[in-house]
Amino acid sequence: MPETEAEREALLAAVENVADRIEAEKSHLTDLDSAIGDADHGANLNRGFRAALEKVEALDDPDAQEIAKTVGTALVSEVGGAAGPLYGGSIMSASQELAEGVTAETSVAFAETYLEKLQDRGDARVGDKTMVDAVTPAVHTYKKSIEEDDLPPLEALAKAVDAARRGVEFTVPIRASKGRASYLGWRSVGHQDPGATSTLFVLEELLATAEEHLDGAADVDATSPTIPDEEAEE
Amino acid sequence: MVGLLVVSHSADAARGISDIAAEMGGADAEIVPVGGDPDGGIGTSVPDIQDALEAMDAAEVVVLVDLGSAVMNAEMAVETSEKDVVVADAPILEGALNAAVEASSSKATLDSVRESAEEARDVSKT
Repeated sequence: MPETEAEREALLAAVENVADRIEAEKSHLTDLDSAIGDADHGANLNRGFRAALEKVEALDDPDAQEIAKTVGTALVSEVGGAAGPLYGGSIMSASQELAEGVTAETSVAFAETYLEKLQDRGDARVGDKTMVDAVTPAVHTYKKSIEEDDLPPLEALAKAVDAARRGVEFTVPIRASKGRASYLGWRSVGHQDPGATSTLFVLEELLATAEEHLDGAADVDATSPTIPDEEAEE
Repeated sequence: MVGLLVVSHSADAARGISDIAAEMGGADAEIVPVGGDPDGGIGTSVPDIQDALEAMDAAEVVVLVDLGSAVMNAEMAVETSEKDVVVADAPILEGALNAAVEASSSKATLDSVRESAEEARDVSKT
């Protein structure tokens, strides 16, 4: 098994932090979705990530691939909306890229596969006012930061989060052409896309967890890091 | 015999559409409704669709879907099924009606039932 105990702790903390953030943002996401969708994005994602957390906590000595796959499967099973197959199906497919653990290289492969599967499943492209508008710039920025700019993964992830944030802002003025919001036509203009927004929250929590756990992780191998009890940041 | 699986965000709508289609398709066609999210609200659920699919007698199934997540969740269920299953790109009510009529024919195939469902896209209401 390629992971150290510290890496496993970090991954489990990431799932917990994401689940807590989604729970804290549940009403916010549902408000965004009630403007241009069917008002269930917050409740659906919360149900999915609660189930995901429960399932990964029940795993016995999981590796990175198993943790990611378990999260994906739980989301597909429990979300009950388009976010289930979009988030969950993409994570399930991308989890195979983590067979050798989480490194700069495997995390780029994970991100790229996630984006590819997301676009295939939702048949959405940049500009359709969907989560793809946040995921695409984040993944491209992450890959470029690591492969061309030679940045450490933490800095690359921070840049990816910034890119996702700009992607979320980009969804506000445009007209939706996929999903339930597309039925509204021009009336979708001026509203922020809930799926892009929840994607940003997930990425922010991955970054926060990575910052917490990667600092000095190399020289403290068998510590049991404290999982931060994060509240909503707004 | 080709079966029909009707997947809607509403369990009631799935049942109602199946009832209407069954009237047209006669008693022979196997038409199964499934709908609702895991909490019983409006939505669709991959495990529920998988369970409904596997419980069907038919080895070949055409899936009728309403919109959005029903399409994606049905596609996920189809990918994991060992049956011969296709999702029809058709309006759910008119497609289910057309498909039920075709499915009750002795010459029906998976393709012919799917095509019948998809022909409903061009039906004018007035």
